[in-house]
Amino acid sequence: MDKRKIMISPVTRIEGHANITIELDDKGNVSDALFHVNEFRGFEKFCEGRMYTEMPTITPRICGICPTSHTLASVKACEMIQGIQPTYTANLLRRLMHIGQNLSSHALSFFHLSSPDFLLGYDSDPAKRNIIGIAEKFPDIALRGIRLRKFGQELSERITGKKIHIMGIVPGGMAYPLTEDNRKALLEWIPEAIETVQIGIGIIKKFMDDNEDMVQTFAPSATLYLGTVGPNGEHELYDGKLRFIDEHGNILQDQASPQQYLDFIAERSVNWSYLKYPYYKPFGFDKGFYRVGPLARLNVATKMRTPLAQAEFEIFKLLNDGKPVHGAFYYHYTRLIEALSDVEDAERILNDPQVTSLHIQHHGRWNYEEGIGSSEAPRGTLFHHYKTDETGKLLKVNLLIATGQNNPSMNRSVLEVAKQYVHGADIKEGMLNRVESTIRCYDPCLSCSTHAIGKMPMVVEVKDRNGAVIKRLERF
Amino acid sequence: MMSKKKLATVWLGGCSGCHMSLLDIDERILDVVKLADIVKSPIVDGKEMPEVDIALVEGSVTSDEHFREILHIRKQAKTLIAFGDCAVMTNVTGMRNYFPLKEVIDTAYVNAVSNDAEGELPNHPCLLKLNDKVVPLQEVVTVDFVIPGCPPDADTIFYVLFELLNDRLPDLSKVKKLKYG
Ligand code: SF4
Repeated sequence: MDKRKIMISPVTRIEGHANITIELDDKGNVSDALFHVNEFRGFEKFCEGRMYTEMPTITPRICGICPTSHTLASVKACEMIQGIQPTYTANLLRRLMHIGQNLSSHALSFFHLSSPDFLLGYDSDPAKRNIIGIAEKFPDIALRGIRLRKFGQELSERITGKKIHIMGIVPGGMAYPLTEDNRKALLEWIPEAIETVQIGIGIIKKFMDDNEDMVQTFAPSATLYLGTVGPNGEHELYDGKLRFIDEHGNILQDQASPQQYLDFIAERSVNWSYLKYPYYKPFGFDKGFYRVGPLARLNVATKMRTPLAQAEFEIFKLLNDGKPVHGAFYYHYTRLIEALSDVEDAERILNDPQVTSLHIQHHGRWNYEEGIGSSEAPRGTLFHHYKTDETGKLLKVNLLIATGQNNPSMNRSVLEVAKQYVHGADIKEGMLNRVESTIRCYDPCLSCSTHAIGKMPMVVEVKDRNGAVIKRLERF
Repeated sequence: MMSKKKLATVWLGGCSGCHMSLLDIDERILDVVKLADIVKSPIVDGKEMPEVDIALVEGSVTSDEHFREILHIRKQAKTLIAFGDCAVMTNVTGMRNYFPLKEVIDTAYVNAVSNDAEGELPNHPCLLKLNDKVVPLQEVVTVDFVIPGCPPDADTIFYVLFELLNDRLPDLSKVKKLKYG
C-alpha cells in the first residue's frame, strides 16, 4: 500500500520539542496521526540519593510555567513523610501563590497564544498572528493580557521574592510571611484583573457564537475526566480529593485520596514519544483515556467556589445539559472561568485576617518512608511519589505530570482534526494552524513561548512511502 | 534612526523558566520589539534559523538535535548569549550526568511504579537521541555573554537586551539580582 506521511515539525513544545506525523492512505485520506514529544530530562533517576527535603526546590525546574504546582505536590509528599500539616496561614499563602501561577499560565495561554486566532483569524497572516500582532491591532487587549499575567506572577513575588521557581514553600508551611504592604498592593490589582478576565470571556463567547459549527466539531470525542474536588464536589486546585467521571458524567470514583493514585492510574511508554500514555486503570489502556486540566476540572466539579465564576459555570453547564462537555475547544472557555475564580478567590484570601499572620510553619522531621502528594497544575492533576530510606535519602521517585495525562487525547484530537482538514496533498496553511491549535487547546507547556513572542515555524511535508516529498508547506 | 535588529530566543534542554522570565519583562516587551524583530522564538528545530544579531539560548545541550542546533545558532548569531544556569553550567538538567544514560531512561520508561508491563522504549526515528552526558553551551561553541540565574531575573534580562540592542556593552556589575540559582 502506498502510505504517505505528513510531518509537522515542530508544532509546539511540551517540556521540549514536539512534532506530528500524519499518515495518509493510498486514497490520500488520513489513516493515522502520531504526536511526538521530544524531550526528556530524567528527574526520576537523578533525584535518587538526594534528601527528600530538597525536592520542593529541585522539582519546580521540571517546568517553568507550572513550577509552583510541582513545589506543592512535592511539599505535600514531604509532609506525608514527616506526618505533619502546614499551618492555616501557610495554606492561605500557598493557595495565593498557586492561584497566581494558574492565573498567569491561563492569561498567557489565552491572551498571548490563542487570542490571535480569535481576534485576527485562523487564516490571517502568520507573521502577525501573535501577541505582537495583537498589540498592533488591539493594543488595549494585549496590554491587559500582559498585565493579567503580571498580576499572577506578582502573587508569588510579593510573598517569596521570586516569580519563577519560588523558594519559600517548605515542609510544614512557608518560609516567608506576607507583609501588610504587599497584601494591600496585591488587593489593588483585583478590579482590573476581574475586568480583564471578563473581556477575555467576552472574546471567547463571541467567537463561539460566530463559529458554532467549528467549535462544536473541533475534536469532540468523549473521554473520561479526572480532577480534584473539595468535600462537596466544589472546584479545587490546591488541596482536595480526586474524582473520576465517565463520558456521560457518571461518577466512577469520588473523594479518592491522591495517595491511592496507583489504584486508578497506570501508564504505558510508547516508542514514538518521550511522553508516556497514562490511562484509567480499571478500564485498561484502550478504553481508559481520560483528560485533565480546566475542561476536566469543570466537567467533574459540582460547583465553583466563588459567585462570578459560579454564574459562568452554570452557563457552561448548559452547553450539554449538565453532562460533560467534550469539545477540545472548550478548554479555552473553561480556562477563563477558572481565571475568574482565581481572581475572586485571591481577593477572598487577601481579605482573610490571618493571611499576614507570622504563624507560618510547623516543624517536623523524617518519620515515614513513603510520601505521595498531588496538586492541580494549570494543565491538570499532578502526582509526586517518593520512597526514602530511614535517613530520608530518596530511593525511588515517580512523577506523573499533568500534560502526560492529556497525551492520549491530544494524539486522538490531532487525528480527528487531521481527518477533517487534510485530504491528500491539498493542504492549506490555515489547516496547519488548526491542527496546531488543537494541541494549543490543551495548552501543553511551551506552546506559550511559541506563540507568545514570535512566530510559530512549521514545515509540513507530504511524502510518499519512499520518503520523496510530494508537497512541502512552510511557515516562518 | 538605527536599523531594526534581529533577535532569536531558543530553547534547548531546559524547563522554559528562562523564557518565562523573559516574559516577565511584561510591558517592556513592547520596548524590545520597537528595537528588534523577534524572528525566531523559541523553536528552531528542523528549520534554518536566519542570521540574527542576538540569540538568547536557554538550556543545556542534551541530544544530537541540540548539538546540531547550537552549532547552527553559532553560525547565524552575531552575539550568542548563554541564557540561564542550564545554558551556563548545565544546572539541574546536568544532574543526570551522575548516572549512566540507560539507567536514567529505564527508571522512567521501564521501572516506574505506575508503568504497565507492555511499554516500549521511546526510539522512533522522529525522536531526538539523548547524549550520554549533558554539557553547557560553551563546551560546544564560543559563548559571547552569559546571564546566570535559574531563571535570570527579568530586570537583568531586560537590561542586557536593551543595552545590546542599543549597541552598548551591558555591565553586569550594575544589575541588582545577579546570582546562580
Ligand atoms: S536555568 Fe532554571 S529556569 Fe532556566 S531552563 Fe534551567 S532550570 Fe529552567
